[in-house]
Amino acid sequence: MKIGAPKEVHEGEARVAITPESAGHLQKLGHEVFVEAGAGLAAGFTDEAYKAAGVEVMKTPAALFKMVDIVAKVRPPTETEAKRLVKGQTLISFFYPSSNEALMELVKSKGATAIAMDMVPRISRAQKMDALSSMANIAGYRAVIEAGNNFGRFFTGQVTAAGKVAPAKVLVVGAGVAGLAAIGTSTSLGAITYAFDVRPEVAEQIESMGAEFVFLEFEDSELPDGAETGGYAPPSSPEFQAKQLEKFRELAPDIDIVICTALIPNRPAPVLWTKDMVEAMKPGSVIVDLAAERGGNCELTKPEEKVVTDNNVTIIGYTDFPSRMSTQSSTLYGNNIRHMMADLTPEKDGVVVHDMEDDVIRGATITHEGEITWPPPPPKVAAIATQKKEKPKELTPEEKRAQEVAAFQAETKFQVGLLAVGGALLLLAGLFTPASFMQHFIVFTLACFVGFQVIWGVAHSLHTPLMAVTNAISSIIILGALLQIGSGSWLVILLAALSVFMAGVNIFGGFLVTRRMLAMFQKS
Amino acid sequence: MELGFTNAAYVVAGVLFILSLGGLSSQESAKRAIWYGIVGMAIAVVATLVGPGAGLWPLSVILIGMGGAIGYVLATRVQMTQMPELVAAMHSLVGLAAVFVGINAHVEIGRVAAAFAEAGLPFPRAYDEAPEVATAAAAVVEQFRGFGTVVAKKIPVEITILQIELSLGIWIGAITFTGSVVAYGKLSGNSSLLPFKIDTAAKKLPGGHVLNAGAAAISALCLFWYLGSGSALALAILTVAALFIGYHLIMGIGGADMPVVVSMLNSYSGWAAAAIGFSLGNDLLIVVGALVGSSGAILSYIMCKAMNRSFVSVILGGFGGPVGEQMAVEGEQVAIDADGVANALNEADSVVIVPGYGMAVAQAQGAVADLTKKLRAKGKEVRFAIHPVAGRLPGHMNVLLAEAKVPYDIVLEMDEINDDFPDTDVVIVIGSNDIVNPAAQDDPNSPIAGMPVLEVWKAKQVFVSKRGQGTGYSGIENPLFFKDNTRMFYGDAKASLDTLLPKID
Repeated sequence: MKIGAPKEVHEGEARVAITPESAGHLQKLGHEVFVEAGAGLAAGFTDEAYKAAGVEVMKTPAALFKMVDIVAKVRPPTETEAKRLVKGQTLISFFYPSSNEALMELVKSKGATAIAMDMVPRISRAQKMDALSSMANIAGYRAVIEAGNNFGRFFTGQVTAAGKVAPAKVLVVGAGVAGLAAIGTSTSLGAITYAFDVRPEVAEQIESMGAEFVFLEFEDSELPDGAETGGYAPPSSPEFQAKQLEKFRELAPDIDIVICTALIPNRPAPVLWTKDMVEAMKPGSVIVDLAAERGGNCELTKPEEKVVTDNNVTIIGYTDFPSRMSTQSSTLYGNNIRHMMADLTPEKDGVVVHDMEDDVIRGATITHEGEITWPPPPPKVAAIATQKKEKPKELTPEEKRAQEVAAFQAETKFQVGLLAVGGALLLLAGLFTPASFMQHFIVFTLACFVGFQVIWGVAHSLHTPLMAVTNAISSIIILGALLQIGSGSWLVILLAALSVFMAGVNIFGGFLVTRRMLAMFQKS
Repeated sequence: MELGFTNAAYVVAGVLFILSLGGLSSQESAKRAIWYGIVGMAIAVVATLVGPGAGLWPLSVILIGMGGAIGYVLATRVQMTQMPELVAAMHSLVGLAAVFVGINAHVEIGRVAAAFAEAGLPFPRAYDEAPEVATAAAAVVEQFRGFGTVVAKKIPVEITILQIELSLGIWIGAITFTGSVVAYGKLSGNSSLLPFKIDTAAKKLPGGHVLNAGAAAISALCLFWYLGSGSALALAILTVAALFIGYHLIMGIGGADMPVVVSMLNSYSGWAAAAIGFSLGNDLLIVVGALVGSSGAILSYIMCKAMNRSFVSVILGGFGGPVGEQMAVEGEQVAIDADGVANALNEADSVVIVPGYGMAVAQAQGAVADLTKKLRAKGKEVRFAIHPVAGRLPGHMNVLLAEAKVPYDIVLEMDEINDDFPDTDVVIVIGSNDIVNPAAQDDPNSPIAGMPVLEVWKAKQVFVSKRGQGTGYSGIENPLFFKDNTRMFYGDAKASLDTLLPKID
C-alpha cells in the first residue's frame, strides 16, 4: 500500500505525521511512503532527508492525495482535504469526532475510512499508538518551560554570595499524562511542586514523581473513580468542587506558577482557577493553561494568547504546545502512526487488513465503508482494573444478628448431619462387632477427638518440636513388644526384642532431641 | 488387683501425653510439657513391665537401656540442620516395630490354636462352652502368658477382628517403614547406606499410580485370603505389597513436598500404633496412637494449606503438571558484591530476612544471627519472615534460628509480616526460592499458582543470597530474581555473610 503525509495547512502547525525515521519502519511493513514537498520543514526534516530515507516527495497536495491509499495527518482534515479523499482511501489523523460531526459526514459521503488517533482506546496494548498521551507528555514539559520563560526567578532555591533565593512554588492541577510530565519537569528544575487531582488514586503517582499531593478533606464515598471512565477524570459533584476551590483560594497567594491540565472528556474544561485567585497571586506569577482549547481552567485564560493581568500575572493560553516542539512531537507522533500501521498490517506484507473485530482498530475507526462507526462499542478489555471499593461493613445490629443466627444454624445443621451419619455407622458396626472391640473403639474415637483439639493450639514455630515429641511418643509401641516378649516362641521373643530395642532408641532419641530444640528458644 | 494398677498407670500416662502435646502452644510451657511426656512414657513402660503379661523383664530393661544409649548418642550428636532426616529415620523404627509386633500377634494366634488342637479342644472358642470344656480350656490358657492369654479367650468374631487389626497394623507399619527410609534418603541426599539409589526429584516407576493402586488391591485381596485361611503366606504378601507402596509412594514425591511427607509419615506411625493397640487390647496404645495419628494428620493439613495444594495431590506425588505455557521471564539477573549489600544495609532502617533451606544447607544460621545482632545494635529494625513451608520440616527455620540464639519474638509468620514489606528498606532472601516466587500470584499457569508467598518484591530493595543461577528444588523459574529492585548476591550463604559481616559498621 502507499502511505503519504501532506504538509499541515493549519496555521502555525509545525508537526508532520511521517518522519524519515518512521518512514523506514513503514517501509519494513511493506508500504511505499510519500510526503508532500516541504511537509517536514517546520519540524526540521528536509525533503533531502526524506529522499535519503527512500521516501518519494510529491510536489502538490493534490498529487499526493491522488497517489496514496492512506493519508496520514496530524490535525483534522480541512474541508478541502476531506473533499480530496476518494472511496477506499484511508485517513489517519486526530479527528475529535464529537465536535467535528459535519466533517465526519463529509468523509463518510466520500466513502473513505477515517481512523481518529484521538479515539485509540486506553488499553495497555494500544499505548504505543496513544497519540494523546505522547502529545500530552510534550505539552506538560513545554508548559513548565513556557512558564519558566515568563517567570522572572529561579525555579530552584539557592544560597549564593549575592543573596538567598527562595525556590519557586509550582501547583499542577490535574495529574493526567500532561500533569505528571509537568510535575516531573518542575521538580527536576528544583521547584517545590504541589499537585492536585480529583482522583485520589493518583496520589501515589503524584508522589512518585516527587510532588506533594494536595489533600482535600472530603468524606464522600462517591469520590470519583477514574477507572470507570478509562482513566480520565469524571465530573465531580458541586460540593466537591466548592471544597476544591476553597483549597485553591487558600493556596493562591503562595503559589508562583500554576499549570492547569484538568480536562473532562467531551466537556468544556472546568473552571478551577477563578478571577479572585488570580488577583490574590503575587505579581510576576505565571499561569499556564493547557486546557485553553476547551475554554481553560483559569477564568481569565484567552485561548492562543498570552495575557498579563493588572496585578502583573502572566496567563498563557497557547493551544499549540506540542507544535512548539515540533521535532520531538513529530518523532513521537510518527511513531504512533507507524505502530497503528503495524497493527493494520498484521502480516507485514504491505496489505492493510482493517479488522473491525480488533478492539483498538474498531475503537479508532470513525467512518468505514460508507458508514459512520462512531461512537464505538465499549472495548472488551477494561482499561484499568476497577478499584475495589470497600464493601459497606456497617450492618445494622439486627442484620448482624440474623447473619450470626444463619451461620450458627448452618453450622448446627452440618454438625448434626455429620454426627447422625457417624453415629448411624457406629451403631451399624456395633451390631456386628463384639463388646470387647467396641470398648476399645470408644477409647480410640475419644482419643482422636482430643488429639484434634489439642494440636490446633500448637504454635506454628513449635511444629518441629511437635513432630519430634510425637515421634518419641509413638514409640509407645514398645508396650506391645513388652507384652509379647514373655511368649514361649523364640520367633516371637526375637521380634519382640528387636522392637523393644528400636522403640528404646526412639524414646530416648526423640525426647532428647525435643529438649535440645526447646532449650534453644529464647526471648530477646 | 495388679490389673487395676496397670490400667490406673495407663490413665495417668495418657493424661500426661495429652498435656505434653497441649503444652506446645507456647515456647515457655513447651519446656515443661516435654517433661510430662518423658514421665508419661516412663510410667507406661514401668507399669507394663511390672504388670501382668510381661515376661523376661531383665532382657527388656537391658534392651531398652541399649536402645536408649544409642538414642542418646544420636540425639546429642545430630546437627540441628539434620533434624528432618533424624525424625524421618526414627519414624522408620516405629514402623518396623509395628510390623514385628503385628507378626508376633499372628504367631501367637497360631500357637494358641495349636495348643487347643493338641488338647482336643475347639479354637476359636464357642460362645456357649460346656462347663467341662471351659475347665479344660482354662488349663490350656494357663500355658500362656501375656498376650497369649488374651488370644486364648477369644471367640470366632473376635479372632477375625484381631486378624483385621493386626493386618492393618502390619500394613500401615510397613508403609511407614519404607516410606520413612526413602524420606530419610531424600532429605539427607545420601543413599549410600541404602540398597537403592535415591535422588531428590520426584521419580516414579513406569505405571505410576497404577502400581500403587495395584499393590493396594493385592493387599486387600491378601487380607480376605488371610481372614479366610489364616495363611502366613497371605500375610507375607500383604507385608511386601505394603513395603512396596511405602517405597514407591514417597519416591514419587518431590523434595519440596517433604515437610508434608514427614508429618504424614508421623501420622501413619501413630495409626499403626493404634491398630496394634486394638489387636493387643491395650488402651494406652490406642490412645497414644490416635493422638499421634491425628496430630500428624492436622500438621499435614496445615502444611498443605500453606502451599495451597490439595492433600491428595501431594500424597499421590508430583505437581500435577502445568496447565498451560508458563510466562517467560524477561530481564536479567543483576549480581552485586558484599560492598553493595553492606552499603544498602548501613543505610536501611528496616530489614527483613527471609531464610530458606539454603541457609540450613550452608549452616549459615550463626552468621545470620551475628548479622542480626550487629544491625540491631545499630538501632535498625530487623525481623525474620518465615514461610510455613520454608525448609524441609514444619517449623524448620524457627528451630535453626533458635539454635543460633535469634530471639523468637522477632521471628514472624507470613501472615504477620506480609503487609509490612512495602515499608521495608531491605529484604535479604537467604537460600529460599519458591516461597518468594511472585509467579504464584502473577502467573496462573505456574505450577505453584495460588500458593501464598512472601511478597518480598514489594520492598524497596531485595538481595538474594543464592549459590548459582539455577532454579530451586522444584525447578521453577523465579521472576523475583529478574526484578529491577532485586540484586543477586551469589555464593554459599555462609561464605557470603562472612564477607559481609566485617563491612557492616
